[in-house]
Amino acid sequence: NVFYVPLHFIFSDSAGYVGFANLPNQVHRKSVKKGFEFTLMVVGESGLGKSTLINSLFLTDLYPERYIPGAAEKIERTVQIEASTVEIEERGVKLRLTVVDTPGYGDAINSQDCFKTIIQYIDNQFERYLHDESGLNRRHIIDNRVHCCFYFISPFGHGLKPLDVEFMKALHGKVNIVPVIAKADTLTLKERERLKRRVLDEISEHGIRIYQLPDADSDEDEEFKEQTRVLKASIPFAVIGSNQLIEVKGKKIRGRLYPWGVVEVENPEHNDFLKLRTMLVTHMQDLQEVTQDLHYENFRSERLKRTGK
Amino acid sequence: PVENKNEAAMSELVPEPRQKPVVPMKPMGINANLLGYIGIDTIIEQMRKKTMKTGFDFNIMVVGQSGLGKSTLVNTLFKSQVSRKSSGWNREEKIPKTVEIKAIGHVIEEGGVKMKLTVIDTPGFGDQINNENCWEPIEKYINEQYEKFLKEEVNIARKKRIPDTRVHCCLYFISPTGHSLRPLDLEFMKHLSKVVNIIPVIAKADTMTLEEKTEFKQRVRKELEVNGIEFYPQKEFDEDLEDKTENDKIRQESMPFAVVGSDKEYQVNGKRVLGRKTPWGIIEVENLTHCEFALLRDFVIRTHLQDLKEVTHNIHYETYRAKRLNDNGGLPPMTVETEENHESNL
Repeated sequence: NVFYVPLHFIFSDSAGYVGFANLPNQVHRKSVKKGFEFTLMVVGESGLGKSTLINSLFLTDLYPERYIPGAAEKIERTVQIEASTVEIEERGVKLRLTVVDTPGYGDAINSQDCFKTIIQYIDNQFERYLHDESGLNRRHIIDNRVHCCFYFISPFGHGLKPLDVEFMKALHGKVNIVPVIAKADTLTLKERERLKRRVLDEISEHGIRIYQLPDADSDEDEEFKEQTRVLKASIPFAVIGSNQLIEVKGKKIRGRLYPWGVVEVENPEHNDFLKLRTMLVTHMQDLQEVTQDLHYENFRSERLKRTGK
Repeated sequence: PVENKNEAAMSELVPEPRQKPVVPMKPMGINANLLGYIGIDTIIEQMRKKTMKTGFDFNIMVVGQSGLGKSTLVNTLFKSQVSRKSSGWNREEKIPKTVEIKAIGHVIEEGGVKMKLTVIDTPGFGDQINNENCWEPIEKYINEQYEKFLKEEVNIARKKRIPDTRVHCCLYFISPTGHSLRPLDLEFMKHLSKVVNIIPVIAKADTMTLEEKTEFKQRVRKELEVNGIEFYPQKEFDEDLEDKTENDKIRQESMPFAVVGSDKEYQVNGKRVLGRKTPWGIIEVENLTHCEFALLRDFVIRTHLQDLKEVTHNIHYETYRAKRLNDNGGLPPMTVETEENHESNL
């Protein structure tokens, strides 16, 4: 019923401005008013610096009164799911960030089932969203789906551990996986490169699909294109986190003080922390979209096919 | 912070995630500003880039008796021939016996933003001797677009971007009689304001003096209010105080916009302007002292375009969808819920 006809511009250029080029500003205004939601999951063995890294990334103190259980207690523990929400505002833009922590992962002597809990959590969020989306009143749907999962790889091994491989294979179809090499200050630069290459080889060997940064569009500026190239080349990011401020050259910076020197968290020559933060922040929207368009749609179509309706 | 212990677990395998209370961001210390920038605000820039790249759909319907200048006005709004003027002067062309729905699409681009504009014309409306129920084909068309969208949405394998043919805005043309609204105007707007955003405009406003215009507008506003007709922007959808203040002014002072359209250019004071040439002067379409066209254009295109789409999607479409779910009738593969057994999402 709709047919397209060639357009005839009949007015001279000076009179030609309509004004719908203002639409992105209208969208901008509404988005700023509404704010954003993002859910980030962190997975990895105890002691890999996950909490410290999250605090460093978002300049928060999400775990103020942390209780760290001893080994004997850990034997009894199964994997828990703990979600904390924090509201961050910057230059008028509000972000409601939920960090989903998974303490207990990889702690048990037999870690066979430890990621089942995690898979169930992710599926539950999809299920809840599907239910809400199919409901009568959709005005206030909350999106608790996990948009991104930082998977922490231990720097102490020679690459991926069997548990790492199993986890990623089980979850790459459900969530955007971003592998991160933790506690990178235990490695020299050469060791780091070697580990990165090893991890990437193993990921490819096992057919694991980690989150792919989209290439910069052709109409982006050179600076952004270069930044994208550098980010892509640095995966997996080797990072360091710290909750302590150390004075270096008259400035107070986040870092770790050793007898042989200070490791600076936000120094790109020391580690990839800034790259990780840049990647996360500049791709927040893409991470949400891939979650919605790929992982959630897969879940949804599987679910609908299964219930035979 | 106090931890909220979870109550009954949702399932045995997965304990309900313990939601810690929302913690406002704690600043790191006086030197936090040096390291304090995360970059969250760049998300806005990402969204803006995305909007520009993907472009957007906008569907505008025009309703009114023939000869009120509907096509000319739409062409003036979008500065291009997006609507084919009916050659009402051509005696051979008959007035349609029933209301027809004619949709014409164009892709126009401005400042890097692409818009797929569809103009939906409704020739035959109000033109018969007996115009009873002549709004029905229009209401049917609007609901058909909601149905189309709904079918796509409930598909098992659905498109990433569902094509949007829903009517975002309906310009209703009021004849400049100077007296009051006609019964047909009231009937149409009463029925259709429940399913679509209606923006009433007073057509061919150059037939009224300033005083006549002001009085007529006041009278029309009063009549709309007395008859309970909620035209866009509807009071109940104002999102916050800022919106309410802005929209109150528009509702109570500016609307209905008294407009003049033209596709001819004339030279006035060294500038080329769109206008109508008469022996007693040139009526400049975009001159606010002559008519309110510029107000209408700014309202529909420059400030409320996105909002028109959102109200259509979040309110009108959802109302249609809820009714369909409630009626339980013939909805394609999907769990259909009735009001009784559905858990409220509130």
